[in-house]
Amino acid sequence: MEILQGAFHDAISPFALSYVLAAIGLNIHFGYTGLLNFGQAGFVAVGAYAMAVGIASFDIPFVLALLLGILAAVILALILGIPTLKLRGDYLAIVTLAAAEVLRLIFSTSFKDYFHARDGVSGFTATFRSLNPYPDTMTSFATFSRNDLWVMTVGWILVALVCVYLWLLMRSPWGRVLRSIREDEEAVRSLGKNVYWYKMQALILGGVIGAFGGFIGALGLASVQPDSFNADFTFIAFTMLILGGAARILGPVVGAVLFWGALSAIGSLLVQLASGDNPIIPPSMMSTDQASNVRFMVVGLVLMLLMIYRPQGLFGDRKEIALDAR
Amino acid sequence: MPAESDMTATPSRAAAALADVPREPGAPKPDPIVIADNITRTFGGLRAVSVDHLEIQRGVITALIGPNGAGKTTFFNLLTGFDEPDTGDWSFNGTSLNKVAPHKVARMGMVRTFQLTKVLSKLTVLENMRLGATGQRGEGFLAAPFRALWSGQESANTTRARELLARFKLDAKESDFAGSLSGGQRKLLEMARALMVSPELVMLDEPMAGVNPALKQSLLGHVKSLREDGMTVLFVEHDMDMVRDISDWVVVMAQGKVIAEGPPDSIMSDQRVIDAYLGAHHDTDITQLEDVLEAEGHQALEEDGDNRE
Ligand SMILES: Nc1ncnc2c1ncn2[C@@H]1O[C@H](COP(=O)(O)OP(=O)(O)O)[C@@H](O)[C@H]1O
Ligand SMILES: [Mg+2]
Repeated sequence: MEILQGAFHDAISPFALSYVLAAIGLNIHFGYTGLLNFGQAGFVAVGAYAMAVGIASFDIPFVLALLLGILAAVILALILGIPTLKLRGDYLAIVTLAAAEVLRLIFSTSFKDYFHARDGVSGFTATFRSLNPYPDTMTSFATFSRNDLWVMTVGWILVALVCVYLWLLMRSPWGRVLRSIREDEEAVRSLGKNVYWYKMQALILGGVIGAFGGFIGALGLASVQPDSFNADFTFIAFTMLILGGAARILGPVVGAVLFWGALSAIGSLLVQLASGDNPIIPPSMMSTDQASNVRFMVVGLVLMLLMIYRPQGLFGDRKEIALDAR
Repeated sequence: MPAESDMTATPSRAAAALADVPREPGAPKPDPIVIADNITRTFGGLRAVSVDHLEIQRGVITALIGPNGAGKTTFFNLLTGFDEPDTGDWSFNGTSLNKVAPHKVARMGMVRTFQLTKVLSKLTVLENMRLGATGQRGEGFLAAPFRALWSGQESANTTRARELLARFKLDAKESDFAGSLSGGQRKLLEMARALMVSPELVMLDEPMAGVNPALKQSLLGHVKSLREDGMTVLFVEHDMDMVRDISDWVVVMAQGKVIAEGPPDSIMSDQRVIDAYLGAHHDTDITQLEDVLEAEGHQALEEDGDNRE
């Protein structure tokens, strides 16, 4: 029971929310358009930093800070897309991967007055928290604090809105062009569509949704730290997308929730098995401290099995997308 | 014009305009839609295309023939912006197309199909067709979420798509994934989809490869009807019966060059053309291009294409 409660907590927490949004962005890139963006962490990071630094250092209004975060993601998409989207797909993959790492290094070593290196940026949540409609008397609900609850409320409403918007987009002729580009861009060109521009739109849209993830993550933690945006972030987001099923509106949402839920449940289960006077898993094999790493191995194993037996993800349509497409 | 009587079963007015055109490579035409000059393209040391001058007459069906590796597909790629030539300039309706992006070329009304078919196999047949329509409001990012802004246009496009599919005998397949079609059906779908763009000039790269003979006959009729509608057709084909049946003019390429031009009958018996197809082993007593292809057992056909049924 405790295990399930913990799993539920982790699966819908603000932390998970930032991954949900990042994975939705990746779904636009990879799932619908076939763009390999290995630097989604970079989009999440610039969103979070632009908002946080805007408020903490320059004292700009909250809404303006959000717009600044969106603008930062748009600019990053343009910088990454302009030189690469005319080239073969792998160029985008390499450039985005490198750019995200460069950004992380800049955030952790440069402009310390603004980015505060490894300490991270904090002190930007006042306005957001002042908008919290939950009564002051309610200090916590279930396993969540009043603040968490507010972030989650906003975050999940945002996820719902984004999903509805994407559903409308993807059933339109615009979405049809994206899906066609994923399959054969030359064919799309021969029919008079500006493939480059559509890819750019997709890169921008997915990047901005990634930045939304940055906002929610930052507001949830009340701080923005460079190392949360390492390459693992992007790969975990990809994992969730593939777990849930790419090119499905709800694929990344379901994937992210299941991923964090399973990770948490497996973690607590391992700890339980390894603790006590007479542990089922002997300390020589695994100590309780190691459980948090071992759980990633177990999740990895599950994913491998999933890829082998169900490559389209849990909810994907095999006919429409499979990873070995082509 | 005495030649016309046996040249085409359906005499076309436009073809009559070609009567006085000299039968030599690079001949000027009375009303050219495409003019190409000094186009070269090399791959490594290989000169795949080197066309000094070529004009394509408006409103007629021109066949581009030549042995495998003659550079026909490469020439198509160059004209439509999918590949860049080393040198050369060419124009469509008087507008230079040098360095113009392929999608812009298509929007100007010059639409091509591919030798290796490019249907979108994970879209349905009908969705493939709808994709071809130009000027769709729903393809704009801002308008896309609001169905009311584009649904009218979409249903008009759907009606047009269904008409075309019926013509190409694909109407029963409209909700199948294009990936489930046979090679010949894919060729047909690609041709139909190109027509959704409402082109002025349609360029077909081996449109009949893999299409079954019965359907071929009715398709020939459709291609001719495109001409009646005022469209210009340029197509690559190996089937000489088809070339003879529907084309008003034939351009022959070999080793990257245009080696002959003329009406189908004179081309079929042109010694340069027969030489080009025969290559080295040139001791047989052959007077018609069709004999060559027959003698070779249509080897050329087998080697070249993909997607045979
Ligand atoms: N992308 C390419 N790279 C290298 N060589 C090529 C390429 N495309 C075509 N060629 C070569 O150019 C020549 C002309 O090819 P192609 O235009 O396909 O001929 P055709 O369509 O008349 O059969 C051939 O010798 C072919 O091998
Ligand atoms: Mg060819």
